[in-house]
Formats: sequence, C-alpha cells, structure tokens
Amino acid sequence: MKQENIRNFCIIAHIDHGKSTLADRILELTSTVALRDMEDQLLDNMDIERERGITIKARAVKLKYTSLSGEEYIFNLIDTPGHVDFNYEVSRSLAACEGAILVVDASQGIEAQTLANTYLAIEHDLEVMPVINKIDLPSADPERACNEIENIIGIPAMDAPRISAKTGLNVRDVLERVITDIPAPKGDENAPVQALIFDSYYDSYKGVIIYVRVKQGTLRVGDTIKLMATGAQFLTVEIGSMGATDLVPTGELKAGEVGYIAASIKNIGDTRVGDTVTTVENPCSEPLPGYKKVNPMVFSGVYPADGAKYQDLRDALDKLALNDASLSFEPETSVALGFGFRCGFLGLLHMEIIQERLEREYNLDLITTAPSVIYKVILTSGETLYIDNPTNYPDPTLIASAEEPMVEAHIFSPSEHVGNIMELCQQRRGIFKDMKYLEENRVDLHYDLPLNEIVYDFFDALKSRTRGYASFDYELKGYAKSKLVKLDILLNGEMVDALSFIVHADNAYARARKMVERLKDNIPRQMFEVPVQAAIGGKIIARETVKAYRKDVLAKCYGGDITRKKKLLEKQKEGKKRMRQLGSVEVPQEAFMSVLKLDD
Amino acid sequence: MTMSRLGIYVHIPFCVGKCPYCDFYSVTSDCEQRERFVRALTDDIKENADKRYIVDSIYFGGGTPTTLSEKQLDSIMKAVNNSFVVSEDVEITIEANPCTVGEISFKGLRSIGFNRISFGVQSCVDDELRALGRLHSFAQAESCVRAACNAGFENISCDLMLGIIGQDIDSLKYSVDTLCSWPITHISAYMLSIEQGTPYDNDAVRSAIASEDMVADMYLYAVNRLNNNGFEQYEISNFCREDKYSRHNMKYWSREDYVGFGPSAHSFRNGKRYYYERDIEKYITDRKSILKIEDAYCNVLEEYVMLSLRTCIGMDISKYIEYGGNEQKVSALSKELVKHGLAENDGSHLKLTPKGFLVSNSIMTELM
Repeated sequence: MKQENIRNFCIIAHIDHGKSTLADRILELTSTVALRDMEDQLLDNMDIERERGITIKARAVKLKYTSLSGEEYIFNLIDTPGHVDFNYEVSRSLAACEGAILVVDASQGIEAQTLANTYLAIEHDLEVMPVINKIDLPSADPERACNEIENIIGIPAMDAPRISAKTGLNVRDVLERVITDIPAPKGDENAPVQALIFDSYYDSYKGVIIYVRVKQGTLRVGDTIKLMATGAQFLTVEIGSMGATDLVPTGELKAGEVGYIAASIKNIGDTRVGDTVTTVENPCSEPLPGYKKVNPMVFSGVYPADGAKYQDLRDALDKLALNDASLSFEPETSVALGFGFRCGFLGLLHMEIIQERLEREYNLDLITTAPSVIYKVILTSGETLYIDNPTNYPDPTLIASAEEPMVEAHIFSPSEHVGNIMELCQQRRGIFKDMKYLEENRVDLHYDLPLNEIVYDFFDALKSRTRGYASFDYELKGYAKSKLVKLDILLNGEMVDALSFIVHADNAYARARKMVERLKDNIPRQMFEVPVQAAIGGKIIARETVKAYRKDVLAKCYGGDITRKKKLLEKQKEGKKRMRQLGSVEVPQEAFMSVLKLDD
Repeated sequence: MTMSRLGIYVHIPFCVGKCPYCDFYSVTSDCEQRERFVRALTDDIKENADKRYIVDSIYFGGGTPTTLSEKQLDSIMKAVNNSFVVSEDVEITIEANPCTVGEISFKGLRSIGFNRISFGVQSCVDDELRALGRLHSFAQAESCVRAACNAGFENISCDLMLGIIGQDIDSLKYSVDTLCSWPITHISAYMLSIEQGTPYDNDAVRSAIASEDMVADMYLYAVNRLNNNGFEQYEISNFCREDKYSRHNMKYWSREDYVGFGPSAHSFRNGKRYYYERDIEKYITDRKSILKIEDAYCNVLEEYVMLSLRTCIGMDISKYIEYGGNEQKVSALSKELVKHGLAENDGSHLKLTPKGFLVSNSIMTELM
C-alpha cells in the first residue's frame, strides 16, 4: 500500500464518552470483523477493561476501508489508555499516529482527562479531529459541545461529524474525514530502520510481541533488530499486522506502517515502550525522541492472605510483569503480615487493576497495605533518603527535614459544586492556584496537592461531593518541604507495622482518630477485649476498643453426631484463615482495606 | 477379663407435631408405619447382637419415644436385652414430651425397665412455651414430673431453654427456681440456636430473639443460679444433683463406644463413626442402603479437644500433647484464657469457666 493511502490515528475520549463503541462501529464498517465475531467493545479484551469501561493496555488494529470515491485505504487504529496513570503510554501511542479523533459526549462536554490527552496529542503535532458523539440522547447539546471544543481547546469544531456510535449514525462521515483531515505518514522506506515501540505483551508461544510504528526504513523477517535503549538484540522470526482478532504475518513492515514483531524475546523488560527498534546491519544514527523509563509513583505492600500462598503470589506477579513493564516488585517482610512484596505502581488505578487481576486471574486472596508515595527525608547527618515504605521511616530525632511529592491538579466540574470541591482540596492540604470558567456553568479548578493526599480515596471523595460530575487529572510537579510524621497503629498493645503510615503533622490527630474508629468497626469482636491505639513516636494519640464477643458455642451435642460438630468447628477454623493473626488478635482483610478509605 | 462398655441409643423418629426450632429427625406417622418401624428396629438390634460388650446405658431419644405404645417400647427393650449383655446398674433413659405422656403410664415405663426420664419442659412460663411452639403448658409439665416421680422415677431430667422470645432474666430466674424445687436430679440448659431449614430459620425470628449478649448474660445467670440451687455443672449445658450426670451423654464426651439404632442415629465403635441417614421408609425397607460411614479414621486430637473441653473435668494437657497437640500453643493460649477469666489451669487440666464455655468454639478451633 502506498503511504498516501495509510492513516494512523487514535481515539481520545473521556470514560464513557464512547471511544470503544465508536471503535466497534469502525471495525464493523470496515468489515474487519465478521459480524459473528463481533462482541461489544472488541478492543478492550480484558474483563476488567470491559467492566470498568476503560482501556488499560494500548492496542492496535489494521483496517481496510474503501472510501466513497472507491479508493482503498489502510487505517491503523491505535487504542490508547485514557487514564492519567498511563500518561506515558498514551504519549507513546500518540507518537505512533498522525492524527487523533477527539470524541466528545454531546451531553457532557469536555472533561479533564480528555483535555489532558488532547493537549498531549497537540504537543505531538497530531491533527486533532473532533467528533460529537451521542447526539441521539435527549440531553444532547451538540452546539454546546462544539463551542466548548472551540473555546477550551481552540480548534475548529463547528463542522465536526455529529454521530451516534451506538446506532451507527454518521459514522461513515468519520471515516471519510479521517482520509481528508488526517495526514498520511511520511518516511523513507529505504532509510535505516527506525521504529517506535508503543506496546508489548507476552505470548506464551511466541515470546514478547512488540507493537511498533515504523517511522523510516523497512523491517523484514530475518533482520536482526536492536532495541536502542536497552541494547538488546534479537533475530526477528515473525513480522506482520494486527487483525481485529489475531495477528496476520506479512513478512515486512515499511515506513508509515504499524505492525508487530516477534523475535523470541523472553523478557518484556527488554522491550520498553518508547524505545526505538533498528537493525544491526544498517542501524539508524539516532533513536526517536521522547523515550523515558517510567518510574512508579505509588507503592504498596501486597501480601497473600494465606501465608502459604507466597510462592503463588510471586509466580502471579512474575506473569503479570511479563505484560506490564511498569509494574515493579521486590520481596519485603512485615512482622504483621509475613512475607510479601513491595509493589510499585504508576498510580492508583494501576494499583487497583493489578490487585484485581491478581485476585481474579490468579485466584489469590490479598492483603494490601495503605499506598505510600516516595518521601524524601534529609537526615541531620546530611544524608538524603527516599522512603517508599512507612516502616522504614527514620526516627524523628534523626530527621533534619522531609519533603513530599506534589502534583498539579485540574478539576473540571459544574460550577455549583465549587464550594464542595474547594472544601475537599482544603482538607487535603491543597494549594489553590486559580479557577477558570470553561463556560457559563463549568469551571476548571487548578490546585497543587500533595500526592499522598490523593492516593487514598481522593477521586471517590470528589465524585461523591459532585454527584459524579467532576473529572480530575494531575501530573507530578516535584517535591515540597512538609511537616511529616509517622503514625503507628497498635493492636492489643503491639505495633502492627503493616498499618503504619506517613501523614502531615496537622492532620495526624484527625487521621489517627478515624483510623482507630475504622479498625474498631472492621475488626470482629474477639475472645478478649482488644485496645486499638494510634501513636506517634510512642505517644498514644487515639484509642478505641474492640469489645470481646460473648457467645460462640454449640450448646447441643445432636445425639452423638460428633462429626457434624467437628465439621462446624473445622469450617470456623477455615474461616479464620481469612484472618490475619496479629499477636493474639485476628484481623480480617477488610480491616486493612478499611483504613484506606477515610473520607466520610 | 473386664468387658468393654457400650452405650445404646435408639432413635424414635415420631412426633405429634414439629417444634419450629427443632432440628432432630422426626416425622408425623400413623399406627401402621410405627408398627413397621418397630419391627425393623428390633430386627436391626437383633442383627447387631454382640455379647462381647456390657451395656451400661440405654437411651431412647427422638423425636418423641413416648409416641410409641408400651407394648412397642417393651418389644424394643426385649430385643436389646436379648442381643446384648446388659449391666445390672444400667441407666435406661426415655425422652418424653410433657404433652404425650398422657396415653402411657409412668408405671408402665418403669415396668418396661426405664429408670431415668427426660422431659422437654423448656420453660415454666406459658407465654414462652407458646413462643417456642410447644404443645404443652407449664401445668402439664409439672403434673408429668410429679406423676413420674410418684411412679418411682428417681432420676428425672428436665430441659430448660435459654434465649426464648420474650424471656428475660426475671422469667429465667422463675423457671430455674421452679425446676430446682421439683424432685428432679438433672437439668439440661440449652441456648436456643436457629438451625438451618427449620421454620425458625428466618429473619423475623432472628430479630425477635434475644441478642447474643443477652443470651450470654442469661447463660451465666443460669449457671450461677443452678449452682446455688445445688445443681452442679458438669458440661457446657448440663447440670446435676448427687452426681446424677447423664451416663449416656458422658459417653459422647469421653469418646466411649455407643451404637445407635434408627434413622439419623449415630454410632461410634472401634474408632469409627457411622450413622443411618434421615429416611424412615428406607430404614424400614432397606436400612443397609442408608448406613453411612462418616469418619473411618477419626482425628483423635481434634475430637479430644472438642469433647473434653465441653466438660467440667476439662482437657488433660498431657493427653493433648500425647495426641499430637502443640505444647507451646496450648500453654500460650492457656495463659491468655486464664488471664481473661475464660479458663482455669490446675497444672494438669485446662478447664473452661462458664465464661469460657460461652466462647468454647473459638477456643477449640485454636487448639484443633
């Protein structure tokens, strides 16, 4: 296919604005998928993605489209994750495209995330092509949506296709506009190979499959490729393009094309998203710009609920890491929880998804500790420490100063909720920067917030205070000095290391009170009374008591039916396995989770 | 050589009506079915004749054994006597419902050989009896007990229920004191538990019955009050005067052999546990098909823990260790339990206090 007849593009949209539905309609119209294989939201093929309506991994599909004028085109549709946690992956997917379809819900307008991703697309010189979706809804206001796009983003939108991805209305217009509005790729087929990795995953038969966009040159089966950032070299065994349901070998990929490479690669760490692929025989001189190694921002201890499942958890993490280079983990030990792993995540969503996948796909019961960010602690000795685990937080007497990571956050919301949002941001130690009216009834609130205040339950709290209407986006800004203290929790007088966390000194008392209350409510009554205490540096600042239960007895003996009694007791014993024995106290998993959700 | 002792349990699965909280196997029946049942039961007993054992306890439970006629009860008793060596001091118990005894005479029961009778009195307050769906009144219960006594029963047991809808400490006190004033030797005080699949198994009942804390208070009150009235506790739910503990129940708790006849009856012999399924017709026509082994290799440690800790003798710690129990575990737990007043440890036995009995499941599971 001639380069002029190729279009590489992605779709940018807020959650639920219809990205996946539009992708499905496009797949249908281009007959890429036989109708019988058509399953709703084909591109989101992880269960979690379908349920949550989000895209976690980038994905790509090659489509053949015959335009109304009868000309044949190749469309490479690259599906991108929309969430801020995966910002870097989004940026690499965008770098593989020449254009982006911006889907805006006609009844909702622009959201914070959409805006962030649209700016990202503009930064990458992508042609942004707006589409107004859901015009079939009674509450649709396409004019307003167009106005927002023009006023907020500053791109013309009045002639944007107005569609209903759900019913298929005007979707063909979108495809025609892809041809006219999005530029064809450029790049010399005969130059040294330069291809961008925008995704990779592990296939148990073929090894790592790398998704690439060839910027220049031609890649052929049999070429020995070199991954420029890691320096790793591999012999290519299969090259091809992505069908909607399977990979289609083509033998080569030319400049402007999007496809995959299989080269018997065992370790996904070698194939970093953003890296440049070239050939050993005729290497390009420079890698493509923009590569960086992504670093985890949020850390949490992940432990098997049943200590005997430690090896299973390790195997599961190993397997997940095969597909997710941004997941980091290393073994750690907790006095309370035994053997587990300190895991690093890109953000909260990433953390939740990993936990959910471990539980669901690997059938593990997990206990996770409160997420922590990386604190910078400068000791009186002058040494600087980076602390990602509250357990390792130094003794206060050794600390000269401490710093915590800050983010720059934008919150989009109907203006009626501004008061609630400001109150929330205030509680979370936010620093107000400014507020812009996006239009008459919608504002963009701009705050600097400590990352540790948003890793717990900020998004949930925001949603509940704005009846779900606010959207939220942030990026890391750097470190700021802060008055931090380590809060310890004691059960029955014994410290539970897994429940310790770092908190701002001004919030310590309130947080301590809430923690002990939550724990009291979530630890079932025990044989004995259990004091639940919160302490800073040995000083108790809050206390609650879990009462002893009074009655747990089988009064009758059921006419010699000993086995029945025994079974009941064995079942009870089994139930206890879901609890963690901390000293003489049994703590259920939910108790560990409950302290994470502190908003009322 | 001394012969091994054996207890015999006979399950009579008939009731006039079913109490809504009761989970024991019973059906309503007609004369014809009862007659066929008694024939099958006596055959069963004869088939299992074994003169190597000496029977020191026979227990007729149910259901309501007194739904059978004297003649039927007598034929069962004869079958037992013909099939086993019965000790001279044998204790022979029959469970009786205070409202069904009218048709048979206590004198008759005595002459068949019964020397112990257990009445399902449950409460001395008529409102509470109605709440339990019992068919008898307090007055009927009292006259039954008196009649049994007059007929020569010297060993009488009454059941007392704790946690009945509407029951409080005052009414419990009344029931305890009343029972203790009767010529009886034994009281079983059970906390009402809601069993799956019974008519009581619904949210309305659950919300109406006393809270766990309340039932716990009632239990502790009852234990104390019974003690003060001369009824010594010897097991979680059982109290007696003059050492008249239930010989049959003690067999359960001390892992002695017993053999059960009738549907839903359980047996424990030579370390094996087996039982008949709950199916009267199958029992009559093809009882082999419903005889099931439930535990061919009993875990001695688990059973010892869960049974010995029910009794006031308690668990012999050296036996626990001998059976494979963890010495450190028991000593650490024992310290905690003693500290919190849930158990006593005299150096050889770990014995639960009434407060400890109330949470005995948790304690047992710790040690199992």
